[in-house]
Amino acid sequence: MSQLVFLVPLFPLIGFLITGLGRNYLSKTATGYIASGSILGAFIVSCLLFSQVYGSGSGQVFTLFHFIQTEGFSIPFAFQVDQLSSLFLLIITGIGFLIHVYSTSYMHEEDAHHFARFFAYMNLFVFSMLLLVLGANYVIMFIGWEGVGLCSYLLIGYWFKNGDYNYAAKKAFIMNRIGDLGFLLAVFWMLAKLGTATYGEVFSQVATLSTFDITAITMLLFVGAMGKSAQIPLYTWLPDAMAGPTPVSALIHAATMVTAGIYMIARSNVLYTLAPFSQGFVAMIGLATAIFAATIALRQNDIKKVLAYSTVSQLGYMFLGLGVGAYTGAVFHVMTHAFFKALLFLGAGSVIHALHHEQDIRKMGGLKKQLPITHITFLLGCIAIAGIPPFSGFFSKDEILMATYAHQPWMYFIAMGGALMTAFYMFRLYSLTFLGSYRGHTDAAHPIHESPLSMTFPLMVLAVLSVVGGFIGIPAVFAENAHWLEHFLAPVFQPSNELVQHTHLDHATEYLLMGISTVLVLIMILLAVKLFGKDDVDVKKDDTGIKKWMANKWYIDELYQAVIIQPLHIFSVLLKNLVEKNIIDGAVNGVGRLVHYGARQFRLIQSGQVGNYLLFMILSIVVFILIWFNDATILRALNNIF
Amino acid sequence: MIPVLLITLPIFSGLMAFFMKGQSVKSWALLSSFAVLGISIWSLFSDANLLSYSQAWLPSLGSRFDLTMQDGLSKLMCLLTALSFPLVLISTQQNSSNQSPHFFALMLLTQAGLMGVFLAADALLFYFFWELALIPVYFLCSIWGGEKRIAVTFKFFIYTFVGSILMLVGILSLYYMQDTPSFAWSSLTANASKGIYPNWAFWLFFLAFAIKMPIFPLHTWQPDAYEQSPTPVTMILSGVMVKMGLFAAIRWLLPLFPKATEQFAWVIVCCSVIGMIYASLLAIRQDDIKRLIAYSSIAHIGLMSAVIFSGNASGMGGVMIQMFHHGVNVIGLWIVANAIEQKLGTRSLSEMGGLAQKAPTLSILLVVMSLANVALPLTNAFVGEFLMFNSLFKYNVWLTAVAGISIILAAVYTLNMVQKVIYGEVNSLTEKATDTPFNVNFSLVLIAILIVVMGVYPQPLLDLTKDAVTQLFAQQ
Repeated sequence: MSQLVFLVPLFPLIGFLITGLGRNYLSKTATGYIASGSILGAFIVSCLLFSQVYGSGSGQVFTLFHFIQTEGFSIPFAFQVDQLSSLFLLIITGIGFLIHVYSTSYMHEEDAHHFARFFAYMNLFVFSMLLLVLGANYVIMFIGWEGVGLCSYLLIGYWFKNGDYNYAAKKAFIMNRIGDLGFLLAVFWMLAKLGTATYGEVFSQVATLSTFDITAITMLLFVGAMGKSAQIPLYTWLPDAMAGPTPVSALIHAATMVTAGIYMIARSNVLYTLAPFSQGFVAMIGLATAIFAATIALRQNDIKKVLAYSTVSQLGYMFLGLGVGAYTGAVFHVMTHAFFKALLFLGAGSVIHALHHEQDIRKMGGLKKQLPITHITFLLGCIAIAGIPPFSGFFSKDEILMATYAHQPWMYFIAMGGALMTAFYMFRLYSLTFLGSYRGHTDAAHPIHESPLSMTFPLMVLAVLSVVGGFIGIPAVFAENAHWLEHFLAPVFQPSNELVQHTHLDHATEYLLMGISTVLVLIMILLAVKLFGKDDVDVKKDDTGIKKWMANKWYIDELYQAVIIQPLHIFSVLLKNLVEKNIIDGAVNGVGRLVHYGARQFRLIQSGQVGNYLLFMILSIVVFILIWFNDATILRALNNIF
Repeated sequence: MIPVLLITLPIFSGLMAFFMKGQSVKSWALLSSFAVLGISIWSLFSDANLLSYSQAWLPSLGSRFDLTMQDGLSKLMCLLTALSFPLVLISTQQNSSNQSPHFFALMLLTQAGLMGVFLAADALLFYFFWELALIPVYFLCSIWGGEKRIAVTFKFFIYTFVGSILMLVGILSLYYMQDTPSFAWSSLTANASKGIYPNWAFWLFFLAFAIKMPIFPLHTWQPDAYEQSPTPVTMILSGVMVKMGLFAAIRWLLPLFPKATEQFAWVIVCCSVIGMIYASLLAIRQDDIKRLIAYSSIAHIGLMSAVIFSGNASGMGGVMIQMFHHGVNVIGLWIVANAIEQKLGTRSLSEMGGLAQKAPTLSILLVVMSLANVALPLTNAFVGEFLMFNSLFKYNVWLTAVAGISIILAAVYTLNMVQKVIYGEVNSLTEKATDTPFNVNFSLVLIAILIVVMGVYPQPLLDLTKDAVTQLFAQQ
């Protein structure tokens, strides 16, 4: 049955082709069914594959054809179905399907052909992500890797009349490309040293490489992850990516794209375990991003921007987990995060939909009455991301944090600070949106009402998953051998676990840390609700001091503009106007002019005086005789010159 | 047999076209180009004995009329030449230049010259065709070109002609250096292993080829020439003619001067890599869509020239398939640029915008061409670039890292172009635009299909060029 793996990416590809080519002919209903149906098909096959992997406990590689076969190496177009990829398949197609269903309502105002264009891009996005996850070597992964970059470009710039959106789309693609270059160099390095890019072969032969080589490969791969998974310093595209329609954000942040970096490192776990420097670097970047993005999220007023920075921050936690060796924890957090972040984005979309494209939370408030389902599900999502037991976010985040404590206690305390900020900004967002009184303008003709079932149904499903999703990873402190996910993924991470023995915390410490963190998170939540949930909350006040810096994202975009883009701009103008025009082409034209001038001067030799002609004749004869007898010497001289 | 047909057919139909009148010449030229394409496709499957032809030519000089499709590289380049002419002729039906019989006559003669360059197995014959390809182009540009055509074409002609003369000097000096003077490729290359060819002769050949490619800093004729030439000619210039330089380097320079190549590779590779970044940065600053594509093309050629002089076997295979793919893709971009110019009467990017609303089909096809231009995986350009970068990486890690920046810059200028042309609001100029006629869409869709099919399944072309690569490395 697992030969059917090719169907998983094929369904979305067919969906893309039908909706893309038939965009002028299909009705919106037909488009919606085809696009969602194709993802559902992929999901069903994924379930079959998953159950098979679960049953047999082993993975398999399927080669479709030879992609590149050349002197020195061969790259098959092959898919690898194992624990890690089948789990990701479920996340991608499952959540992808819910987002598709949701989009059929959310995008309903669009013209039929734009509606079809939207779903064509969405299907292509899922297709690319599936290639990324299914690939059995780094080159196939790279195909998906660049593919999701392309699709994010197309979807962020979906409303293409708006110049700012186009700019955001372009920024996403270019920033991703910077990372892609790192990824590509890593692949070249592998091919140069090992002659293969196939996972199985790389992982089994990697021990023969020097530490320098492994470190270089892993660092370069991580550059790719920084771009794709929005880590410092390549994170600025992700918040701007909010320009796309809201379901796109849900897709990018939850099911596809940004989790690619985590998947890649989890897949390459052996390499990272063998390169402690790189692994430490991953942990540091992850921790820094987690905190940094959280501070920005504290002062954002756009409902989607808060969620965007929250994603950047949560991805930081996942990288922290990978960096401290908690591979299972990182993958676990990818999964729970996919549930609650998809929920939160779709919930935000429901709010935006109800308020006719209002995204500023200062103009919201008191929406819990008008939007009961959205309110409840959004609240559940907030609790899950804040990490209150027994919601899903608690278990996954706790696993990462505990591993961090075992690794380096000081890192744990910083990470804990970020988690408290998370609770605070999420409940600031929740309170400003749903509590208090409505601060926007009311329009009698368009009363605020709850979204239709096709939008609320995905919210409900995701809410349930956000609540119970954590139970697949119950830590040993509560019950021995109850961590289902760890057992399931064990074969993938086994080589790493054999190399490094992780120290486990004693149960007393773990209980203590858990208890304190839960209490502090609850305090943060109450504080946020108290500050921002009251009826007369003052939102007009301008930020000052450090708050202003946070609200302006620490001016990082401005910094990049001044330090990289502007100098590059000046340099290229200089090249165009000075170097190209005057120096290089000037030299070429100079040669031309010289010949012209020389010809004019030379013409004067034709003076008509016989004496001059005789002189030239005799001189020429002398020169010729000299050459005649010395040609070997002259040739040698020429040879020496060149 | 086949090589002779590939050359004589366009010569014959070209000469006939001079005497034709009215619209029939269009069909005549198209018919001829399809016949050539058919023969070229036949060559891929035919017996080896049909692939070469030899006849006494200038016996007193020891030069023969030797034409061979000696390996997959020749086949591929002939296929590119044969494929590009129908594409160009179909897609530019509406251009004002395409109304004169002389235009078609000269175009067909150009095709004959190009075929000759890719087929000649005799150095003097090679030189003959090298010039034959240039002369009709000179007339095409100076008669149907843009405002500054006379000055620009003159510069282009003199620049490349200087290169050709240097090459002729090189050919003649090698001729006399052999024990039994001969112009035959086989004899010339066989003597190369004796090490009798001096390094300065390497430079004579190299300059001729480098100007044609072009390699930085010998490139300044190119953007001007591309801009001022009538677009059908620009397509041939950048799609096929620059491949003459690359092809000649692989076919003649490397086998003739293996030592010098090794010795001077670093200079050439450095120039090429500098050129990649340099041309990419200049491409970002261009407002004229034709000049943007011109600089983008220089950047892409830079990678190929770098790998030709430094590459390993897989890299060389990458160069060869990329020569084909670059030709197809850049013609695609020119077709789009031409369609836009025909529609809007301008090439200035700052005056465009909103074409996605007015001309959706053209816009989608522009996006596909652009993706191929940035070598996105699953487009044809990716495989070539992957193999070439991989090979450059083995030569020098740091150069690869620098050259890799061009991957990022390519995204910058290509997406800039896409954004300015098709996105944004419609303005007063683009308001009246409509979608492109069938002939343009047909050519573009054909190219788009090639881009995707070759991108997903690149192995057949790699297999085709395998013998050329093997032979090249066997000699060294």
